[in-house]
Amino acid sequence: MKIALLGNPNTGKSSVFNLLTGLRQHVGNFPGVTVEKKTGTLKINETSHQLIDFPGTYSVYPHSEDEKVVYNVLSNPANPDYPDVCVVVLDASNLRRNLFLFSQIYDLGLPTVMVLNMIDVADKNKLEITTEKLQEHFPDAVIVSSNARVKLGKSRILEAITAAGKSENRIPFIEGAAMAAIDDQVKQEEEAEKRFAKIDGIIPQILTQKAEEKKTETRSTKLDKILTHPVFGYLIFAAILLLIFQFIFSFASIPMDFIDTQFGNLSEWIGQSMPEGIFNDLLTQGIIPGIGGVVIFVPQIAILFFFLAILEETGYMARVVFIMDRLMRPFGLNGKSVVPLMSGVACAIPGVMAARTIADWKERMITIMVTPLMSCSARIPVYTLLIALVIPEKTVLGIFNLQGLVLFALYAMGVVAALGVAAILKLVIKAKAKGYLLLEMPAYKQPRWGNVGITVFEKVKVFVLNAGKIILAISIVLWALASYGPGDRMEKAVVAAEEFATENQLDEEEQADLIAGAQLENSYIGIMGKTIEPVIAPLGYDWKMGISLITSFAAREVFVGSLATIYSVHDDGEENLPLRQKLLKEKHADGTPVYTLATGVSLMVFYVFAMQCMATMAVVKRETGSWKWTFFQLGLFGVLAYLGAFLSFQLLS
Amino acid sequence: MSGHIKLAQIKKGNDAIVQSIEGDELRSKLLELGLTSGSKVRVLYTAPFGDPIAVDIEGFVLSLRKSEANLIHVTV
Repeated sequence: MKIALLGNPNTGKSSVFNLLTGLRQHVGNFPGVTVEKKTGTLKINETSHQLIDFPGTYSVYPHSEDEKVVYNVLSNPANPDYPDVCVVVLDASNLRRNLFLFSQIYDLGLPTVMVLNMIDVADKNKLEITTEKLQEHFPDAVIVSSNARVKLGKSRILEAITAAGKSENRIPFIEGAAMAAIDDQVKQEEEAEKRFAKIDGIIPQILTQKAEEKKTETRSTKLDKILTHPVFGYLIFAAILLLIFQFIFSFASIPMDFIDTQFGNLSEWIGQSMPEGIFNDLLTQGIIPGIGGVVIFVPQIAILFFFLAILEETGYMARVVFIMDRLMRPFGLNGKSVVPLMSGVACAIPGVMAARTIADWKERMITIMVTPLMSCSARIPVYTLLIALVIPEKTVLGIFNLQGLVLFALYAMGVVAALGVAAILKLVIKAKAKGYLLLEMPAYKQPRWGNVGITVFEKVKVFVLNAGKIILAISIVLWALASYGPGDRMEKAVVAAEEFATENQLDEEEQADLIAGAQLENSYIGIMGKTIEPVIAPLGYDWKMGISLITSFAAREVFVGSLATIYSVHDDGEENLPLRQKLLKEKHADGTPVYTLATGVSLMVFYVFAMQCMATMAVVKRETGSWKWTFFQLGLFGVLAYLGAFLSFQLLS
Repeated sequence: MSGHIKLAQIKKGNDAIVQSIEGDELRSKLLELGLTSGSKVRVLYTAPFGDPIAVDIEGFVLSLRKSEANLIHVTV
């Protein structure tokens, strides 16, 4: 049996879903669209049934991409997801608005269960619901109450699902209730007016306000006055951001270092215990580092989504949207763009996906276009290496560490670029409809840790699966390009390197590093690096950096590892001390140093702007459904990166 | 039409009753949120710079931009 879970946003629908299915859930997509489809299994008397969680909506008629799913499924009995039973979750403390959607679904004629959730909130607001009266108006519905936050009501809901029956001659809540066509505005508007007129008529029978006088100002409203205050509102938001970034940047490094070491050890162990050969190389130089390059970002992504989930759960996120909307609008963005942009600081992939909540097409497009400009965590190793290399460690203006300031400037540059590009796109992109913001401000709640945990788990899974596939595939391709060269070019280079090593009496490790460097130089990728040298020379780069730029397409942090290989030094994965010393000694043919301030800054600026992440491109393609936008973004960021790096290099050298 | 003003003009903390919604692509959305004629609304607070605004609609709080609030005709 297929059971649809429907309801308004903020009714605790996902709590009900988690309550009924536990961890037996699966996240996929509705066919043909990128709307997240959560399905779970629930058992009634040893029989398994499929529960499908639909996006929260106020009506069966859609106003955003997400909401179209509800209409498409419910209006078409031939749809593979068409349910046998509808379970509609209602916020018992807000019956009027919730009954609207319920009555629409009731009038479809399917077996319907009404779950009066958040019954505790209704209690606290001194609202009493006379279920018998409610039943009179929806005689075929099975009505149960629950408080899913504290896991109350599971058995009642399961019983109700079994009890819910179809009735051939259901008396509709309103006459002429057949679903209107998706574009029949007039009929939809008439229906809304009719339904609310009837709901307003029956509400006085169903609902009694126990307390004499409803409190004029609820606790939520009081909190809102502080959290949306023109000064304190922003200060509090800034403080929260600071806290989150502190966690992402400082504390995440502990598990990240651990992961890094473990993957390094694994590679080494396999390399030694397996017979040498191509398969060994593929595993230790392609696949394992590829997987490691994905897993290493899990701590930061998990931490970020842990906080975002709490902000969402408590209801605070709606207030952030509220105070940021006016500030974002001049840039063609929406208050809701804040979440994607914040996510982008950890990784653009979940950020781009988070833009789905923006109903307006133009605002959503702009958000997707600029989110990858936020400096993601894969850029950190690149920034760290280059800053340590070319920026002196000294204190400026008394208190500021110059290296820290430069790092801050790089992040700021990303933010400014994101807003600047957004402002330009706002002028360029034609709107399909006027942008709008209609957002419910839910009452503040304690976060439900189970829901937070599930959100974090799901986001990490989505990242690992989406980015993982692509990063892994590219790692393997890059490994092949770096391991093979045309003809016997590589073999000759190795022989030459060996001769050089013997002549100069290098020790074993130095010889191995030298050979690795020679191999890379003569591989396909080395040749590619040399081919693009004329193009990147004006930016201050040589072919060695060219190679690293190309390999960065798997993930930006690969830049560091590639440089280490090219310069034939051991990548110690920690402070990169040997690499830094080697880079500083590197000289051009005329004896001038290669890694000057100009080159270093030019590289940093390049990494701020360039779209060097295939995994993000793939997600952008999927979310926009358009190659045009994907390549537009790639080209635009490429031009920005090139011009920015060119200017930096020319001005500083 | 005596006394008809727009929701965007209602001051913080004041009540109003919805009369009608201007024909616009958002009209059905606003109706579905319960802004039908006769429903009681109260402007609770506004964001910094006075936009968007937060409005109580018969028991729940909705935030909307001034441009949306301008579509909603109310009486006090």
